[in-house]
Amino acid sequence: MQFLSLSEAIAEYVRDGDSAALEGFTHLIPFAAGHEIIRQRRRDLHLVRMTPDLVYDQMIGMGCASRLTFSWGGNPGVGSLHRLRDAIEHGWPQPLAIDEHTHAGMAAAYCAGAARLPFGVLRGYIGTDLVEANPRVRSVECPFTGERLAAVPALNPDVTILHAQRADRKGNVALVGIVGAQREAALAARRLVVTVEEIVDDFPPAMNSIVLPHWVVSAVAHCPGGAYPAYAQGYYARDNAFYQRWDEISRDRDGFHAWMERHVLGTRDHRGFLDSLEEVA
Amino acid sequence: MSAAAHDGGWTRDEMMTVAAARLLWDRCVCFVGIGLPSAACNLARLTHAPDIVLIYESGTIGTRPDVLPLSIGDGELAETASCVVPLPEIFSYYLQAGRVDVGFLGAAQIDRHGNLNSTVIGPYATPSTRLPGAGGAPEIAAHARQTFVMLKATPRSFVPRLDFRTSAGFLDGHGARAHSGARGGGPRAVITDFGILTPAAGTEELELSALFEGATKDSARAAVGWPLVVAPTVTTLAPPTDTELATLRALQSRTREAHRRPVHLPAWPAGSETRSPT
Repeated sequence: MQFLSLSEAIAEYVRDGDSAALEGFTHLIPFAAGHEIIRQRRRDLHLVRMTPDLVYDQMIGMGCASRLTFSWGGNPGVGSLHRLRDAIEHGWPQPLAIDEHTHAGMAAAYCAGAARLPFGVLRGYIGTDLVEANPRVRSVECPFTGERLAAVPALNPDVTILHAQRADRKGNVALVGIVGAQREAALAARRLVVTVEEIVDDFPPAMNSIVLPHWVVSAVAHCPGGAYPAYAQGYYARDNAFYQRWDEISRDRDGFHAWMERHVLGTRDHRGFLDSLEEVA
Repeated sequence: MSAAAHDGGWTRDEMMTVAAARLLWDRCVCFVGIGLPSAACNLARLTHAPDIVLIYESGTIGTRPDVLPLSIGDGELAETASCVVPLPEIFSYYLQAGRVDVGFLGAAQIDRHGNLNSTVIGPYATPSTRLPGAGGAPEIAAHARQTFVMLKATPRSFVPRLDFRTSAGFLDGHGARAHSGARGGGPRAVITDFGILTPAAGTEELELSALFEGATKDSARAAVGWPLVVAPTVTTLAPPTDTELATLRALQSRTREAHRRPVHLPAWPAGSETRSPT
């Protein structure tokens, strides 16, 4: 475990061609890390995320990805992810191969990956054309009952990146609130980078906090606001108005590019990104 | 049509939400999709079903949001929940285990047997419109004891043949679902903006069984892209009560205000983004 700046952590742990899972189910989405990957112009990534959300819309639109594994690709409560759609429908800025699942299937694939099992099993994908669309969704016979069950290959990302509320000074990481499949994605990965709101001496008591012990963490980067415009429970709320504005910002290629140039490529780090949004407001 | 106020002072959108809410009962365990289903489920909770257990796929169980969430995982859902569990747990230990009474789904397309498409318009490999995709829907459709579907009717959404079957209804009907391995009962009602369709015994084809006040069988037939069967008895649904309308409008008004509220980030501490915190 190392404490690094976010730019150092991305430079060291995210490589061209990697499979990379920036997880966080609506909550604790590692936006700052995604932006830093865009700044460092990583290419040919295989992006993995249950809900691509705005962070992958941005990374795909900026040409970071050649493949996407996902289970729901919309702007939650708003509509389409226009950059994701443009990549799938028109191959812009480059073709994007997709490996599409259901939430339950992808959760099973992360669980298998965390346990270093070859596949996940579930009673799922029943009566859906996804089975024809995705050759990785197969079936297996239960050796005890003979029942046919769905099987999905384990997900083991080269690197998983999370955002969490806190790390302590040893690099143990604690996250609370809606925790999605972050624990599974973290333990399935070969390398694990975590950005945090705060570095503390001791974690506050929490009933259902998930703690990732320091020896499974590759690097921790202190990055306050690192989930914005998603949120960090206890620190700041989801910027629902921004999610609504993104529909317009991302709708056409030029407008999207201008926004990314100004707020991501044109800023040095996440603090610069947040400051640049203040200037607009 | 749906946005305009109806003669009685309510819109068809509102009536759709009210009609869906009335199908829910107190203490039922309901897996909620975002959008219209979320409004209907919370309207039920705020009116006749105060102890309904609402589950959102983000892992929030027994949530009682004061405003409707924009996303499936807004902080409001976690803060007002009885408990919050990891996502693999909500899908495997609750949904797959058969612990959900009602699954509430939306879609872009539905066919006469209640199968749903939320994946693509056009061919899968070369879609004319790429939609968000499956999310939790296929397993909700398979495992909830019953499902309710909410979808506004146009010939583009109520289609003779789906471009892609994302989630199973009754498949080809005539008992096909029972042999599919799906353990839940499938769609029990489709709530649309002229009334309600329910599956016929035997064929399992959706037929018109209830109309909103002011809607006609002919307008229903015109809005559906297959020859719509009309049930032997078609009831007329009572219009929204004053309480239902006032509760729904107040909920939506609180929601609009909350989603506009500016977000304040904590002040940036001096010396952050340095190599070591010690």
